[in-house]
Amino acid sequence: MSIKVENVSYIYNEGTPFETHALKNINFSINDKEFVGIIGHTGSGKSTLIQQLNGLLKPTSGDIYINGKKITDKNINLRDIRKEVGLVFQYPEYQLFEETIFKDIAFGPTNLNLDQEDIKERVYEAMDIVGLSRDLEDKSPFEVSGGQRRRIAIAGVLSMRPKVLILDEPTAGLDPRGRDEILMRIKKIHEKYTMITILVSHSMEDIAKYADKIIVMNNGEIAVSGTPREIFRQVDLLESIGLGIPQITYLARQLKNKGIEIPEDVLTVEEAKEYIARYLRGVHNV
Amino acid sequence: MFKNISIGQYIPGNSAVHNLDPRIKIIITFIFIASLFIITRFTGYIFILAYIYIVVQISKVPFSYVLKGLKPIIIILLLTVGLNMFFTPGGITIFMLGPLKVTTSGLRLAGFMALRLIFLIIGTSLLTLTTSPISLTDGIEHLLNPFKKIGIPAHELAMMMTIALRFIPTLIEETDKIMKAQMARGADFESGNLIKRAKNLIPLLVPLFISAFRRADELAIAMESRCYKGGENRTRMKQLHIENRDYIALVITIFMVAVLVWNRFWKW
Repeated sequence: MSIKVENVSYIYNEGTPFETHALKNINFSINDKEFVGIIGHTGSGKSTLIQQLNGLLKPTSGDIYINGKKITDKNINLRDIRKEVGLVFQYPEYQLFEETIFKDIAFGPTNLNLDQEDIKERVYEAMDIVGLSRDLEDKSPFEVSGGQRRRIAIAGVLSMRPKVLILDEPTAGLDPRGRDEILMRIKKIHEKYTMITILVSHSMEDIAKYADKIIVMNNGEIAVSGTPREIFRQVDLLESIGLGIPQITYLARQLKNKGIEIPEDVLTVEEAKEYIARYLRGVHNV
Repeated sequence: MFKNISIGQYIPGNSAVHNLDPRIKIIITFIFIASLFIITRFTGYIFILAYIYIVVQISKVPFSYVLKGLKPIIIILLLTVGLNMFFTPGGITIFMLGPLKVTTSGLRLAGFMALRLIFLIIGTSLLTLTTSPISLTDGIEHLLNPFKKIGIPAHELAMMMTIALRFIPTLIEETDKIMKAQMARGADFESGNLIKRAKNLIPLLVPLFISAFRRADELAIAMESRCYKGGENRTRMKQLHIENRDYIALVITIFMVAVLVWNRFWKW
């Protein structure tokens, strides 16, 4: 699997007084098995961008290739694309509608015209992945908690077995525990099914922890992209667009300024702990 | 898919027409509608056309938008023209189509009705094009105030309208979002016969209703927690003032009506 985006621009309400350029000349490519983070402010074009990737929006100009197939062609079957590219929207629990949790998760596979046995297998598998107990299958999705509803919605996309999974702010509005749990599960899904995962977020901490590659969006353009370490070295740029870097990276930079031996591109608390412990041991041994 | 919906088709601007007091604008619109019924000669429409032309020029609303308002009434327009053309007796017969007769007086009446309808729509859509929904309801509330005495809940009506208008874009956005989310799960809203299509709407309608109720509930709580309690003694942030330009607009409109009356009764 691979994704290639070439010179994509998108204009909302073209030719009216409300015209807005949501995307300006976007170029990037994603290789197989990559975990990509897209980060940017509200209105920076993140959500518009990901909707281009499964054909929900068509670029005003430019081309998109999924696995070498040009999905911006006129006579392409969008259902085939959406089968491959699963998209979990922001607050996906608002899309639930069925009487039972099972039926709701089965909505996607049913639309793929699979047989009953296959659907059943996929639904149970998806429920297992997101950590929903199987006794819930006959309950109404409206009588369980918010965090569980979100899992149902994510399972509803996973049951289509996409090869690319895109999640738009999957942790918005969840408590810290729910957030960590969802992200852990996403990471596991990513590793187990070796798919491309694209995580949209505005939390630098989350992105730093999980992504192999980061795309920073600003005003409809890619401000910078690269590995987390490459990105977080450019603190000034990130701060100028109001994003900043993870707090732990700030801490590492401050420590380094004080003359403590620690790389300034530390990304996670665990990593920092390691370095600081090593430093302290060094000091006391002298 | 929702690009073409134009409820509350307001086009923001800062022209003299935009800045008129909404009450005056509503009154002017009513005068304008009434004046259309004064006309009995085609020459009268010249004045109406001039009036509309000047208003559009001042308001700087693109003319295409003004004409767009006519789209939904095209069928009514054709029907009116057709009926009047074929079923008006009198005058000289121009040609016959089986039992249908087209006469000069029929043609005249058909043209007349068509113009009346067209100007009616253009005039009223100019009101909504240049007045934001909020100030429109503000204006309506003020105009309804005298009727409070006979039990018309002016404020409540206006508040209901404001809320309804306020939530149209929100609901459209929500519909769009849910639709996309279901399409991402392979839902199909565009193919199949009527019954199938109606069935396919369930995944859209259920979440939409749920969120509409949720929003209504949240809004009610938010309003109550800020001590909202309709009508009596409520002050407002934007006070409406009638200024010189409002009088001028009113005078010009009344002048046009006078010209139309003169046009009607003056023997040429």
